[in-house]
Amino acid sequence: MIEVQSLHKSYGSINAVNGVNFDVNRGEILGFLGPNGAGKSTTMKMITGFVRPTSGIVLVDGLNVQDHPVAVKERIGYMPENGPVYGEMTVEEFLIFIAEIRGYDDPTIREDKIDHACDLCRLNKVRHQSIETLSKGFKQRVGFAQAILHDPPVLILDEPTDGLDPNQKKEVRKIIRTMAKDKAIILSTHILEEVHALCSRVIIIAKGEVIADETPESLLKRNPKYNALKLEVKDIDLEVVRETLKELPEVSSAEINEGAVEIYPKNKQSIESLVLKVCRDKEWNISHFEKTPVGLDEVFWELTK
Amino acid sequence: MKQILPVFKREFYGYFRSPVAYVFLIVFLFVSSGLTFYLGRFFDSRVASLDVFFSMQPWIYTFFISAVGMRLWAEEKRSGTWELLFTLPVLIQEGVIGKFLAGWAFISVGIFLTFPLMFTVGYLGDPDWGPIFTGYLGCFLMAGSFLAVCSFTSALTKNQVISFVISVVINLCLVFLGWSVFTNFLSFLPLSWVDALSNFSYTTHFNGFTRGLIVFKDLVFFLSLSFISLLMTVVVLER
Repeated sequence: MIEVQSLHKSYGSINAVNGVNFDVNRGEILGFLGPNGAGKSTTMKMITGFVRPTSGIVLVDGLNVQDHPVAVKERIGYMPENGPVYGEMTVEEFLIFIAEIRGYDDPTIREDKIDHACDLCRLNKVRHQSIETLSKGFKQRVGFAQAILHDPPVLILDEPTDGLDPNQKKEVRKIIRTMAKDKAIILSTHILEEVHALCSRVIIIAKGEVIADETPESLLKRNPKYNALKLEVKDIDLEVVRETLKELPEVSSAEINEGAVEIYPKNKQSIESLVLKVCRDKEWNISHFEKTPVGLDEVFWELTK
Repeated sequence: MKQILPVFKREFYGYFRSPVAYVFLIVFLFVSSGLTFYLGRFFDSRVASLDVFFSMQPWIYTFFISAVGMRLWAEEKRSGTWELLFTLPVLIQEGVIGKFLAGWAFISVGIFLTFPLMFTVGYLGDPDWGPIFTGYLGCFLMAGSFLAVCSFTSALTKNQVISFVISVVINLCLVFLGWSVFTNFLSFLPLSWVDALSNFSYTTHFNGFTRGLIVFKDLVFFLSLSFISLLMTVVVLER
């Protein structure tokens, strides 16, 4: 649905985006991760046709953005960063404006589209309020409503949950998930948990280049503590436990740390059942056993530092 | 070009969604008639015509239209809404024309609301209506050119104050070039040069209208100045 081929953008001597390649299919939610100034927003703006690339090609539904800007924009729903909207308009007026520009000239169809977007984004109770008087969460939802109004096959969301409280974030993610089935979605975010909760694929971009393009799960595997275990046992010397577990062929290393044994598997394979079996065979008295929690934070830090 | 209409509607109604529009209209009317009656000594002239009123218009437009036009693009750039607008299926030229026409229509409302002056001269004397109507036509056309220049300066920056200052300077120059007091300063230049320069002035081309003449080259001047300014706006926004 979206194909990005060796995309470059430079501002004077600064290379904002430097040879980015990727594609997104229907049904995929692509998470765009990267430090501030990495080129995420610029890449998104080039896909939407707002920023002209220095070189490279963007195809949306097979159409080149440079050659068919209007046709491409018809297929895209875009929510810019910070959801800029015309604050002096009411939510309804604003959505009517968007619907008119999107070519819904028939008032009945227009009304249906607006009703649907308002229902989905829970905007009904503020429909007649001017946008500048709304809270940040509602403003964000208005920005979201305009992006999905025409039910586009491609959604591009620049930090859609930025500045929202945890409940609002949850709601926005829910909406995105419900729409994911038949759309190609790109969303940028700083929030790593969001990527894990929402995206089927992740691209990490740093200094204008793609440095990782994989599933959130395989990205997690890059964490050195992936599938590592933490074991606490009573009435036995921890050194004995460590030595025993270290001897297992599936274990790469074991260390004692703060009264617990940390066990790292070879090839990041799952070893819970194996370790539990050893504990049972040796009749160790387990007081605590857990899989070491791993996040994308360490991976992200490692890749972008 | 069908997207011009929604852009026009949003922008035009947008003026009336804020009190600034009403303040603008009221002050414009006060200044227009105030200058005509007090500075222009309308009654002392004892002539039933709107010459005095028309002669003030270029000076008033320099400041008032710059004030209306300064927000055209600068405000969109500052708030980021231009990113929204141009990621909708709207061509840049449609956006530029739609917003320009809305601003022009708004200013035209202001000009139209000076109609009591027409009735005043009609009541007090027996004016020649021809020059009054062509004068108003000239006002609308000239206002369009002023605004198109503002559209261009507004596209250059996201700061409305900078946009205002640049447009005042450009528009003031285009007024000055046709003002005899200013052209007298240029007497060191050959006369043909001074004539050529004054051909770039609003006042030179507006004077014909106030005398009841619709001259082709005056029409061409205002329309082409508007067209070129809008074209430059498109070029600036496309970059």
